[in-house]
Amino acid sequence: MSTLGEATMTGQELFDYKIENDLKIEPKDWMPEDYRKHLQRQMSQHAHSEVIGMQPEGNWILRAPSLRAKVILLAKVQDEAGHGQYLYSAAETLGKTRDEFINELQTGKAKYSSIFNYPTLTWADMGAVGWLVDGAAIVNQVSLQRTSYGPYSRAMVKICKEESFHQRQGYEIMAQMANGTPEQKEMAQDALNRFWWPSIMMFGPHDGDSPRTGNAMKWKIKRETNDDLRQQFIDKTVAQAEVIGLTIPDPDLKWNEERGHYDFGKMDWDEFWNVVNGNGPCNKQRLQHHIDAHKNGSWVRKAANAYAEKNG
Amino acid sequence: METSKNLIKLLYRLGDNTLIYGQRLAEWCSNGPTLEEDVALTNISLDNFGQTRAIYSHLAEIENKGKTEDDYAFRRNERQFYNALIVERPNGHFGDTIARGFLFDAFQLHFYQELTKSNNEFLAGLAAKSLKEVQYHVRHSGEWVVRLGDGTDESKEKIQKSINDMWEFTGDMFATDSAIDKLTEEGVAPNYNLVKEKWTKTVEEVLYRATLKKPEDCYMQKGSLSGLHSEFLGHLLGDMQYLQRAYPDSEW
Repeated sequence: MSTLGEATMTGQELFDYKIENDLKIEPKDWMPEDYRKHLQRQMSQHAHSEVIGMQPEGNWILRAPSLRAKVILLAKVQDEAGHGQYLYSAAETLGKTRDEFINELQTGKAKYSSIFNYPTLTWADMGAVGWLVDGAAIVNQVSLQRTSYGPYSRAMVKICKEESFHQRQGYEIMAQMANGTPEQKEMAQDALNRFWWPSIMMFGPHDGDSPRTGNAMKWKIKRETNDDLRQQFIDKTVAQAEVIGLTIPDPDLKWNEERGHYDFGKMDWDEFWNVVNGNGPCNKQRLQHHIDAHKNGSWVRKAANAYAEKNG
Repeated sequence: METSKNLIKLLYRLGDNTLIYGQRLAEWCSNGPTLEEDVALTNISLDNFGQTRAIYSHLAEIENKGKTEDDYAFRRNERQFYNALIVERPNGHFGDTIARGFLFDAFQLHFYQELTKSNNEFLAGLAAKSLKEVQYHVRHSGEWVVRLGDGTDESKEKIQKSINDMWEFTGDMFATDSAIDKLTEEGVAPNYNLVKEKWTKTVEEVLYRATLKKPEDCYMQKGSLSGLHSEFLGHLLGDMQYLQRAYPDSEW
């Protein structure tokens, strides 16, 4: 298609053409209002997840059991703050400000990943979160590198490079504990037991129960469905658990030769929706923490603005 | 032999300073006024932990008792820590953290600058490497002192009070004992009077830019070189050392 040809196209036609041909949509391009809204919701939710996700891991920075572990965990949580920054910036290209997005988070209009509404109770949870939660996030984010919106796609490329290090450090903690003292092994297994089901539910409802999947696939915002991504994650994680001698808490888990995938048990969607709707063990705590930190920093942000205005 | 005992004391002092300061800054994670500040404070914390690890590893080598860096951080009690009193001060609000940070970062800047001239190879190398980091730290905290001082009425009042409250703990940063004095004589440790002179100049410059008042001379708290600390340190160590203490036979 020539440039001349493009010039005669309507916005919708050019948009459809780009989607059809796997070309990226850029901020200045015309896009359907629903496409914009879908991305605003998804990208800000992604940014909020990075930021709220700092809390469950931040819970163990002060108590990390070695200097090396402390530094690695702190660097990881710092990366998450950085990812939050990229994602807010990428989302801002769609016409809302970071302040507006944060306001939506704090007033409950915007969500973040429900996984962060579970508490991190022992040091092994730092292993489980890195291995499973970041592992699940990577599967999703690798797929999103091919998303149709340019700024989102580029943010994902950047983020994926750092996430694989996160997952490795989580797995390393699990491996070390699984091969440590009986108490350490028990902590590791307990963490896997608690985080397994919430982690595989991170991919969201079954495709048939996911009302937004249709449009998101059509617009190539999502490139693979929730169930496909979940299956990829399970397939690669089962072997990793075996290597370190931990047991995935699913009696129905078994290799299906015909499908070439693992079959797995039924997920508890009542619990999932309960947590999404605010009743998880830490929903209120996580949001209040964010609100408090934001409120406590208000005088600092005002001072910085006042100084910048005075000193141009 | 005597030199090595003195050197060990100095290394404890330096490693404990950066460890406790790093731990305090890590408390800011997810609590900063902006995401950018979360990243910045974490960076400074990470630099301090990095310096700590270099110092403790060297300490383990010269003590030669089969210890690791973690033994120094996790297996000592309150009375065995020699960090300056200022770094264990609680974070308070952002202005308190910035005031503490600036007064200590400026100390580190001039201390490390002088330490690059040490005739001890490890210390001179540590100083040269750390200096690059500390220059950034003092720029970060100093710029915030200026922004808060010259920002709004509220921020000016807050940061002035923070500086005033922190002041009585600054004298202890420059404290020496017979071990450190000996090292200074031998050209291993810097001349602390010189460090203090340069520190005073930096502090005066920044406070002037920030339109803040330098606090009046006051009584200075002391004791850290004898392992005498505030009540706050024990709580910090309690959190930090919990796993190593609860599971002494485990490796992490």
